[in-house]
Amino acid sequence: MLLRAGGRRLLAPGLRRVLAGGDGATAPAAVGGARAYHERVVEHYENPRNVGSFEKDDPSVGTGLVGAPACGDVMKLQIRVDESSGKIVDACFKTFGCGSAIASSSVATEWVKGKQMEEVLTIKNTEIAKHLSLPPVKLHCSMLAEDAIKAAVKDYEAKKVKLGQKGEVTSTEKAAEA
Amino acid sequence: MALSRRLLPLLRRGGCLSASASPARALSMAAVPADADQEEAVTVKGVRISGRPLYMDMQATTPVDPRVLDAMLPFYLSRYGNPHSRTHLYGWESDAAVEEARARVASLVGADPREIFFTSGATECNNIAVKGVMRFYRDRRRHVITTQTEHKCVLDSCRYLQQEGFEVTYLPVRPDGLVDVAQLADAIRPDTGLVSVMAVNNEIGVVQPLEEIGRICREKGVPFHTDAAQALGKIPIDVNQMGIGLMSLSAHKIYGPKGVGALYLRRRPRIRVEPQMSGGGQERGIRSGTVPTPLVVGFGAACEIAAKEMDYDHRRATTLQKRLLDGIRGQVDDVVINGSMEHRYPGNLNLSFAYVEGESLLMGLKEVAVSSGSACTSASLEPSYVLRALGVEEDMAHTSIRFGIGRFTTEEEVDRATELTVHQVKKLRDMSPLYEMAKAGIDIKSIQWAQH
Repeated sequence: MLLRAGGRRLLAPGLRRVLAGGDGATAPAAVGGARAYHERVVEHYENPRNVGSFEKDDPSVGTGLVGAPACGDVMKLQIRVDESSGKIVDACFKTFGCGSAIASSSVATEWVKGKQMEEVLTIKNTEIAKHLSLPPVKLHCSMLAEDAIKAAVKDYEAKKVKLGQKGEVTSTEKAAEA
Repeated sequence: MALSRRLLPLLRRGGCLSASASPARALSMAAVPADADQEEAVTVKGVRISGRPLYMDMQATTPVDPRVLDAMLPFYLSRYGNPHSRTHLYGWESDAAVEEARARVASLVGADPREIFFTSGATECNNIAVKGVMRFYRDRRRHVITTQTEHKCVLDSCRYLQQEGFEVTYLPVRPDGLVDVAQLADAIRPDTGLVSVMAVNNEIGVVQPLEEIGRICREKGVPFHTDAAQALGKIPIDVNQMGIGLMSLSAHKIYGPKGVGALYLRRRPRIRVEPQMSGGGQERGIRSGTVPTPLVVGFGAACEIAAKEMDYDHRRATTLQKRLLDGIRGQVDDVVINGSMEHRYPGNLNLSFAYVEGESLLMGLKEVAVSSGSACTSASLEPSYVLRALGVEEDMAHTSIRFGIGRFTTEEEVDRATELTVHQVKKLRDMSPLYEMAKAGIDIKSIQWAQH
C-alpha cells in the first residue's frame, strides 16, 4: 500500500499525463527521453526472430558477413535457398551491434523468407528504416542490413558457380574416360 | 504528509515497510515488469516496468542526502536573504551561513576557508583554473600540461587556449589509466604555467598519484591543478600534503545539491587567476555573482557528512563492488575491467563484456540505470575517448558499461543488477557472431572486414 502510493507520488503530474495520453501502437516510449526506441525495435530486441546459424559449408546456404567490430556493428545473415526454385526457404542472423542493428537484421531475415533471390536484392535500407522508425543517426544500421542481404545472396551464387565448375570438371573427365 | 511521501524512496532503505508485497520486494524498489493494470508503471526503453530503475550511475550524479536537504530548506523558506546585503539581519545570517559552509568545505580538504571560492560547479571551476591561470600569467607562461583522460571541460578549455596561442601537451596514460609521473616531469618546460591532472577519473574511477605529481610540481615551481569532483569526500584529500595549487570541487557528486561547486586557490604561495565572471566583485573578485546560500549550505552540509562517513562509505563501496564483480564474473567469462584495480575508487566499476555491444546491453538493462562508453550512446558514434586513451581496442570500447555504487546502494540492488546484467549478456552473446567465431577458435583480428 505504502509502496504503491509512494510510486504514484514519485511520478510528477506532468509525466503521468504524458503516460496516460501517449498510448498507441506506434507511439514511442514516452519517458524514454529524446532517444526513445520505437516499439518495433524493442519488440525485435525482446523477442528476436530467426537468431541462429546454418552450417556454413552447406551448398544451399549463403552467408553474408558485413560490418566491422571497430565500428561497433557486425551482421551475419544466412539464407537457405531451394536450388530448384531459387527461393529462399529459411534465413537466420547473428548481430553484434546496438538495438537498431539487431532489429534491422531481424527484420531483414523476416523479409527475405519465401522470396526469390532476385527479389530480395531490391530490398532497400530506407524500407527497413521506415518500418522501424529509425532516427537519422541509426540509418547506417539499416544500410548494413541491406548489405548483409546482398552479401548473402552473392555468397550463395559464388558457391553455386564453384560447385558448378567442379561438376563440369568431373563430367569432362568422365567423357574423357568413356 | 506529502513531504514524507516524497522522502519515501530515501527512507525505504532504513527498515522494513509493511506492504502487501513479498518481504524481498518490501526492502527494495527493484523494478520488475509491470502488470497491465498497474497505474504507476513507467515505460522505459519501450517496456513497461513498475517502480523506477535501480540507480547505479553515481558518477553522473548522486541523490541528495536527506540531511543535506534538511540543512538547505530554512534558507529557501525563511532565511532567504542575499549574503551580500550588509544592512539587515537577512543578509547577515545568510552571510554567516555561507561562511560556515565555506569552513566545512575547507576542512574536508585541509585548506583555509579563505582559499575556497564558491562557483556554479566543477565545470566553471575548471574553466577558471585553466583559462584564468594561463591568462593571468600570459606574458611569462605559455605552456599547459594535462592528460588525455581529463574531463571534457578541461580538454575543451585547453583547446580554447590553443586557439589563443598557448601550447598544450596532452600526456598519454598507461593501459591501467595512471599517468606516467616521469613522463610528466620530463614534459615540464621553463614556461609551463599549469599542470592539470584529475584526481579520480569519472569514467574508469582510477586514482592518480597526486602526492607524487604535487611534489614534482612544487620542485619545479609549476602550479598543480586537479579536478577533484569525483574525489571529494571519497578519498582523503590534503592540499598541503599533495602540493595542490588549484582544485575543482562539485557538490552533486557527494550527495549535495546540483548547481554549486567550489574552487580551491592556494594562498601560500599565492596563485592568481583572471576572473571569468565580471560583476560586483563577490568571492574576493574571483567569481562575481550572488552566492546561492541554500546551495552553498547544502554543499557544506554534504562535506561535513562526508568527512564523518568517508571511511564507512569507502568500506561499504569496496564490499559492494566485490559483490558485483564476483557475481558477474562467476557467471560470465571474458569480462575485462577497464582501469587499474589497485588505484581505484571502489564505487566505480567499468566493465567491458567481450562480443557484446554496449548500447544493446543498455537497451536490455531497462531496470538498471547505468551508462556506457559505447559509441552508439554518444551523439558522435565515436567510442569514449577515455577508453581509447587506455589503449582499449575499438571493439572492446564499444562494449563497456559503468556501474556506480554509492552511499545509498543496497545489496539487493547490486544482486539484482548482477542478475539482470548476466541475463542480458548471455542473451546478446547468443546473438553475437563474434562470440560464435571466438568459440569456434577463429581469430577475429585476422578477418578482413568489408567496411562501408
